[in-house]
Amino acid sequence: MSQGQGRDLSMHGKAASDLAYIRRTMDGSMRFTAVSGWGGVAMGAVALVAAPLASGRAGAEGWLAVWLAAALGGMLVGGAAIVSKARRTGQSLAAGAGRRFAFGLGPPLLLGALLTVGLWNAGQAALLPAVWLLVYGTALTTAGHHAVATIPAMGCAFLALGAVAVQAGPAWGDHFMALGFGGVHLAGGLVVLRRHGG
Amino acid sequence: MSADAGEMPRDRAAPTLDNVIHQRVRLGIASALASGEALSFTRLKELLALTDGNLSVHLQRLEKAGYVVCEKSRKKPGRAAVSRYRLTRAGLAAFRAYLSQMEAIIDAARKAGPASAGA
Repeated sequence: MSQGQGRDLSMHGKAASDLAYIRRTMDGSMRFTAVSGWGGVAMGAVALVAAPLASGRAGAEGWLAVWLAAALGGMLVGGAAIVSKARRTGQSLAAGAGRRFAFGLGPPLLLGALLTVGLWNAGQAALLPAVWLLVYGTALTTAGHHAVATIPAMGCAFLALGAVAVQAGPAWGDHFMALGFGGVHLAGGLVVLRRHGG
Repeated sequence: MSADAGEMPRDRAAPTLDNVIHQRVRLGIASALASGEALSFTRLKELLALTDGNLSVHLQRLEKAGYVVCEKSRKKPGRAAVSRYRLTRAGLAAFRAYLSQMEAIIDAARKAGPASAGA
């Protein structure tokens, strides 16, 4: 091998290594900005409609059904808004910051689902609003580490509301749900809308 | 590590490469800031696993070259100011030019054949 060929090979290796390093560093530094302001507003609206409906239900089954339907509706609306914004802004949900955001959000939400089943079976449905607020707050706080600053701030607001809801007693459950899933989503959505767009 | 450590052998091999951005740590800083978002000193330090002194030296070199600008903000009176660093237009142009050069080197090696490309 000539000296020139050896140098080319070395330059190629360095270039490939530099590009891989650039990709890794850029990937690590980027935050997930495809959080949708309109999605947050819509999720808040769903919760604000659900709160009086759930409160008006006579039985615990009806109450739970309203909130589960609201959770499903909110997730669909919020998820669709995120997917749409990610497509518009060219961000991937399966890689980089999007993937880290999803992995931060997923485990706490799964825990919330399991706790819902457990508490319901144990006849402790009155604890569900506080648990939902705390679990969702944890999800936003952990996932928000990889997203725009509004998300962990919303997570802290949910955690604070959940902590108060634990002490407040079952009669206040729907009020805290409206404040958290309605008010915090709405306010957070508007902040994201202003700072980062829809 | 000195601010220019590691530059010499590479500079001899590729005299047209930008010395400021070619250095590994400074390349890392430029990559981290390339998305356009301003990052704090602490965030950069965590991201690149550097000491305060090491990061400071390389940031100063980038600032001196006009590639990075430091923005100091104070959220409340009496609180310590937070330094956030942003890539300037010249810095972004230098980073993009460097990326193009790296891609050109790889393309040239691919065209020269699989042995040269290391395939």
